[in-house]
Amino acid sequence: MGVVTPEIVKHVAHLARMRVEGEALTQLAAQLDEILDYVRKLQAVATDGIEPTSHVLPLTNVQRPDAPRPSLDPGTVVALAPARSGPFLSVPKVLEA
Amino acid sequence: MTCEIIIGLEVHVQLRTNTKLFCGCAARFGAPPNSQTCPVCLGLPGALPVLNEQALAWGIRVGLALDCTVAPLMKFDRKHYFYPDLPKNFQISQYDRPLASNGHVDLEGEGATKRIRIRRVHLEEDAGKLLHETGQPVSFVDMNRTGVPLLEIVSEPDLRTSEDAYQYLVELKALLQYLDVSTCNMEEGSLRCDTNISLRPAGQETLGVKVEVKNLNSFRAVKQALEFEAGRQGALLSRGERILQETRLWNAHSLQTDSMRSKEEAADYRYFPEPDLVPFTIEAAAVEQIRRKLPELPAQRRLRYQQTYQLSAYDAQVLVQQRALAELFEGAVRLGAKPKPVANWIMGGFMAYLNAKRLEPESLQVQPEWVVHLIELVDGGTLSGTMAKEVFLAMLERRVDPAELVREGGLRQISDAQTLERIAHEVLEQHPKSAEDYAKGKANALMFLVGQAMKRSSGKANPQQMTEILKRKVGEKRA
Ligand SMILES: [Zn+2]
Repeated sequence: MGVVTPEIVKHVAHLARMRVEGEALTQLAAQLDEILDYVRKLQAVATDGIEPTSHVLPLTNVQRPDAPRPSLDPGTVVALAPARSGPFLSVPKVLEA
Repeated sequence: MTCEIIIGLEVHVQLRTNTKLFCGCAARFGAPPNSQTCPVCLGLPGALPVLNEQALAWGIRVGLALDCTVAPLMKFDRKHYFYPDLPKNFQISQYDRPLASNGHVDLEGEGATKRIRIRRVHLEEDAGKLLHETGQPVSFVDMNRTGVPLLEIVSEPDLRTSEDAYQYLVELKALLQYLDVSTCNMEEGSLRCDTNISLRPAGQETLGVKVEVKNLNSFRAVKQALEFEAGRQGALLSRGERILQETRLWNAHSLQTDSMRSKEEAADYRYFPEPDLVPFTIEAAAVEQIRRKLPELPAQRRLRYQQTYQLSAYDAQVLVQQRALAELFEGAVRLGAKPKPVANWIMGGFMAYLNAKRLEPESLQVQPEWVVHLIELVDGGTLSGTMAKEVFLAMLERRVDPAELVREGGLRQISDAQTLERIAHEVLEQHPKSAEDYAKGKANALMFLVGQAMKRSSGKANPQQMTEILKRKVGEKRA
């Protein structure tokens, strides 16, 4: 039975700033349900006494010393943006604090 | 209806590391726009963040100073939102496994200390900086700040008045200054604060609806905003109206809070573990090593100032709450000056000057020996009290040793008898009525005459000598 409703799809799409409308909402809801069903198989595995893990690599504490390294050239960086103004990236006006 | 005010504070401190939290870009303030970025902090595809070990060590240091428990296992999470100053569209922060938790800050009150519990301390990266120019249809973005290490310090809602909140911030800032982990410069944004406040009828258990207030650029603004909000919410409740759960912005010009366009839905950050950063185990031994290196903290220092230097609790509190003041004080005392006069100069003239000019004490770079020299000049009779104040002011304005000022400026006190006699003579000539009054026994008249003599000598006459001369001259006249 479907857990993911078209409303949920719409909400998540909005949070991700994606435009999803009409037919696509029901279609994606069904597809996401299938994915969840697939992942749900994991619930059959006994996990008592196993610590939740946030990472699969056998690594911890990867750090670096606090030593500066060269940054990118400002011109290169600004050129990556869709709009720019002098040394700045330029964006549609946002709320002025 | 009497209401209880419930306040919690969220403080963001920029750590003063050389580089950013997850990349080797310099974290320097004031660099040319967009000159301190790289694929990691810009979130370009394929870039891999690696934690700055100094930021972690300083985070632990702050956690310990706040008496928190440092987590044996910590991890990072992605917090998702869209804003033009956030190039990755998520911020690397910590969600369910913060660096440290369950600490406290104790506030000294009259007779009793108030304990403000700290819920958690966690590491996260800063966002870029947006610049707005009025009249322009666009905003500008500078990504230099993107990825600079922040420590977020969240209090429990244990604060009850705006004054408590102010005191908490002052105490927290002092602590951070002594720990030497941040410049704590509010103007440069290295110390920022958000607050939330709710009201509940006295005696009620459950908390009222919480309003978050942002855009607080100074501790004074925090205090003013909380006072305004308490008033606004109180008025609504007493009219039987509901408080809206929302975020409001403090307006420093109109001195009120304004509703941010209310979001159509509550924030939904969709946290999940940051897959590019592995978890961190923090060994008890490493924590102990950092604990052993903790410096003397404000509470200990206040106590020491009272015990070693016989300062009052109030004096100790004022001197210790800003590290630069405490260091100036101790520096001067170590050079041999008596504690009380040093404290008086710092808490009097110096702080008045700082307040009037809205300056931070460290910005003036006053040297301890300057204060020592000033006190010596007063004790040795070279400067009168009035002149000393002038010299002190000149010292702050020009950042020059008072001994130097006296040498160059002819500010030496006039103690030469002949000159003093002449000034006294002129004053008595000009104010015969007062001279007569004093002769008749009016003590006030003498005060007036001395005042006139000081004025005539531009404050340079030695007041004790002048008083004696005037007394004698009036007596002679009478005889
Ligand atoms: Zn970078």
